Amino acid sequence: MQPDLQQKQQQQGIDVAVLVSIGRHPTTGRARRAEQDARGLELALAIEAELPGTRISMLHAGSQDDSSEAALRGYLGMATGVGMGLESMTLLEQPEGSDAIPALAKHLAATSPQLVITGARAERGEGSGLLPYALAEHLGWPLVNSLASVEKVENGVVTLLQALPRGQRRRLKVRLPAIISVDEAAPAARQSAFGPARRATFAITPTTPEADSELAQWHLAPARKRPKRLKIVKAASARDRFKAAASKSEGKGGQVLTDVTPEQGAEAIYQLLKEEDVLR
Amino acid sequence: MLETLLPILIFTALALAVIGALRRIRLWRQGRPSRVNLFKGLVALPRRYLVDLHHVVGRDKMISNTHVATAGGFVAAAVLMILVHGLGIANPLLGGLLLLASASMFVGSLFVARRRLNPPARLSKGPWMRLPKSLMAFSISVFLITLPTVGLLPEGLLEGSSSWLLALVLAGVVAWGLGEMFFGMTWGGPMKHAFAGALHLAFHRRAERFSTKKGGGRSTGLKALNLEDEATPLGVEKPADFTWNQLLGFDACVQCGRCEAVCPAFAAGQPLNPKKLIQDMVVGMAGGSDAAYAGSPHPSQGLGGKPVGEHAGSPHGPIVALQGKALVDADTLWSCTTCRACVEECPMMIEHVDAIVDMRRHLTLERGKTPNKGAEVLDNLIATDNPGGFDPGSRLNWAADLNLPLMADLKQVDVLLWLGDGAFDMRNQRTLRALVKVLRAAEVDFAVLGTEERDSGDVARRLGDEATFQSLAKRNIATLAQYRFLQIVTCDPHSFHVLGNEYGELGGIYDVRHHSTFIAELFDAGRLTFAPWKGGSVTYHDPCYLGRYNGEYEAPRNVLKALGIEVKEMERSGFRSRCCGGGGGAPITDIPGERRIPDMRMNDVKESGAELVAVGCPQCTAMLEGVVDASAEVRDIAELVADALVERSADDVSGASRQTTASTAAEEVIL
Ligand code: SF4
Ligand code: SF4
Repeated sequence: MQPDLQQKQQQQGIDVAVLVSIGRHPTTGRARRAEQDARGLELALAIEAELPGTRISMLHAGSQDDSSEAALRGYLGMATGVGMGLESMTLLEQPEGSDAIPALAKHLAATSPQLVITGARAERGEGSGLLPYALAEHLGWPLVNSLASVEKVENGVVTLLQALPRGQRRRLKVRLPAIISVDEAAPAARQSAFGPARRATFAITPTTPEADSELAQWHLAPARKRPKRLKIVKAASARDRFKAAASKSEGKGGQVLTDVTPEQGAEAIYQLLKEEDVLR
Repeated sequence: MLETLLPILIFTALALAVIGALRRIRLWRQGRPSRVNLFKGLVALPRRYLVDLHHVVGRDKMISNTHVATAGGFVAAAVLMILVHGLGIANPLLGGLLLLASASMFVGSLFVARRRLNPPARLSKGPWMRLPKSLMAFSISVFLITLPTVGLLPEGLLEGSSSWLLALVLAGVVAWGLGEMFFGMTWGGPMKHAFAGALHLAFHRRAERFSTKKGGGRSTGLKALNLEDEATPLGVEKPADFTWNQLLGFDACVQCGRCEAVCPAFAAGQPLNPKKLIQDMVVGMAGGSDAAYAGSPHPSQGLGGKPVGEHAGSPHGPIVALQGKALVDADTLWSCTTCRACVEECPMMIEHVDAIVDMRRHLTLERGKTPNKGAEVLDNLIATDNPGGFDPGSRLNWAADLNLPLMADLKQVDVLLWLGDGAFDMRNQRTLRALVKVLRAAEVDFAVLGTEERDSGDVARRLGDEATFQSLAKRNIATLAQYRFLQIVTCDPHSFHVLGNEYGELGGIYDVRHHSTFIAELFDAGRLTFAPWKGGSVTYHDPCYLGRYNGEYEAPRNVLKALGIEVKEMERSGFRSRCCGGGGGAPITDIPGERRIPDMRMNDVKESGAELVAVGCPQCTAMLEGVVDASAEVRDIAELVADALVERSADDVSGASRQTTASTAAEEVIL
């Protein structure tokens, strides 16, 4: 970003809302800041560094108890140095088992940030990865997934770098407001420091909780270890073996659709899901 | 004429000294409060000076004698001079004593001058180079002006009009001497060390480290941060965040560079010189830049040393800049291995490690800036209770075949075997298996906590993460409180130190023993029999956390002797042992230098000519074994003992207990 541009935008920082959830450590199951959400906050902090005047707010929907509080403070500890507006987090309070989407959507619609950043998939609960999509649908905003970095924000248009498989990147320009979701492709989150985490406060906002009716019908059981399908590599040389190990298996069959209307695309996806017996 | 001039000179110098002293005291009082018993400290001062300080200074006989002559001479001369020349009590007896005192001081200053002729690199130059001359000026002039008092010179010699010049010159020299000795003492000259040093000894933050008539003192555990009180700063951000007696301590530094000479990080070319660091703190306390510093700088790669004059600070400004430069660079603080070699050598009893960890605490707890793998290790400790991020349920996997008795089953044993995080490390598992074999051979009633054990918190604490340390410590203490045992035995000196010296402040008081101490006791009690040593020559590496931190130098050597090994000592051994580079989280923060510390240590081993180096610490084992092309093998004492074990005769084994059968089963697997 050119310095003069930067100067011009001093006053034009944007409002960024980062949605954070309570994570779960893969080995011990202890509550922690969720890996992807923390990367989302890191991204927001990077925007703030590039675009002074940017205001970051953090949003969590859920209940408040000791272990979740410690986990949420993990995010607040990333705000070292003053003036970032990160001394507090908005907590949309609702009991365990409530649907987070309506509460978040309502709050976001009311506060209307220009950019919403969220992790791609939660570490506990359903972890279906549908939240960003559901929110986008609710708010009617565009969604970009698997973000690698935010390049610039200019005149209400944000230039993004989206991560594609095998290290490819795609540059996108998106009109704000928008939702972006972050997975392992985004830069790793910085260390969380005890002091700022301890001093931070929660702005507790009551909500009218809506029970997650679908979740209530589900039967939850611990995951079983499933056998992994081994890739059989018939390679004659070391080079071939390396290539086979390094490359992702190319999907067989399938089709690439370009320049189709959304209806045609949806139809194709619908057909595929039927073929694969996902939808009946 | 001198009669009138001298009292004026003396009392002006004294008055200026008092003003300087008050200003200096004001500088120290910028620090935070620290509870010390001022009166008790002052009463203990002579003993602390004569016994504890001279114990350290006396390691260099030459300097210690020089200091006795010079300082003793000076103190006596100063007092007598005030009486004789200041107050005009021209008693020949006092005059005679004054002559003696100033003569002794003069002889001392000759030796000081000799040391300054070709000073070693560790000594600071600058104003320190003029000190011997000032000492001479003071002693000679005092000697000369006292001669008439005892009648050795005609009274009138300096009176006659022709002697005006002589008197004036003499008065000038007296003024110079008084300036350096009285005025300079409190206004920041080299003699400041006498004033600050004496008070530092009296008001030392660790009164426990001084010996009493009952015996030697030791105080090596870090002081806990009060995390309950949110007003307590989390570590030291600015010089004024140190306690006042820490600031006073920094001011006592004589810039002798003994700390620099023994610092492994300095020797490795990492950006840390403990002497410079202490001087940086003095600069920060008074405010200004380090441009006047006249010793070896902090090393830096490529440059030889970080240029002085580029760093500056103030009592209420940050020590480490958020961006750019302030008083000290962060990598200086992260280079330290917390080996305590500097503290052990410092004649002024300055506590470098406390200061370094205090500043690290701020960087970690407030800024979240633990370098390199630091953040990852701390996250692992929080989430999995071990630095490697291993599944805590797998802590005992290495011993699946050993049938180790668990505290949870037995509830009460003689010995609780603390495994440490080495339980996750394949190399250290060999040591642990050997130790288990030894304990079984001696039929020790022991058990382990197994998966209930957590990291002791050592690494978290040295990395400045006091919160994680206290969390681990409190949970370990709660676990230990469920069981009854006489003592804890561990093969990890870091756990030993933390459990034995640092848990106490948090309510966990235990009798902890290093495995070498315990094995020595077992041998003395006749519970172990060894086959004679058939291997080559052996040297022993003292782990910092066993030796300097806990004063255990003898037991490992006694065990080696019991094995029939004659230790070929390295040049730096015992309290002067050189660190392996593994302490203080240094391998995690991994600050680059020009050499590696373990390489230097293995070179020490090589120079001793030994084919094997016996160690007693998992960190040392890992660091020293990681040296490529090493000339010696690295074995833990437990392994050497286990290899030498001889089955005891049948009568001993009769009445065989459960342990005996278990031990044969275990040995089959080990061998
Ligand atoms: S800190 Fe101690 S050892 Fe180091 S230079 Fe100062 S007085 Fe000497
Ligand atoms: S503790 Fe060891 S590494 Fe740290 S400054 Fe002192 S001598 Fe150097």
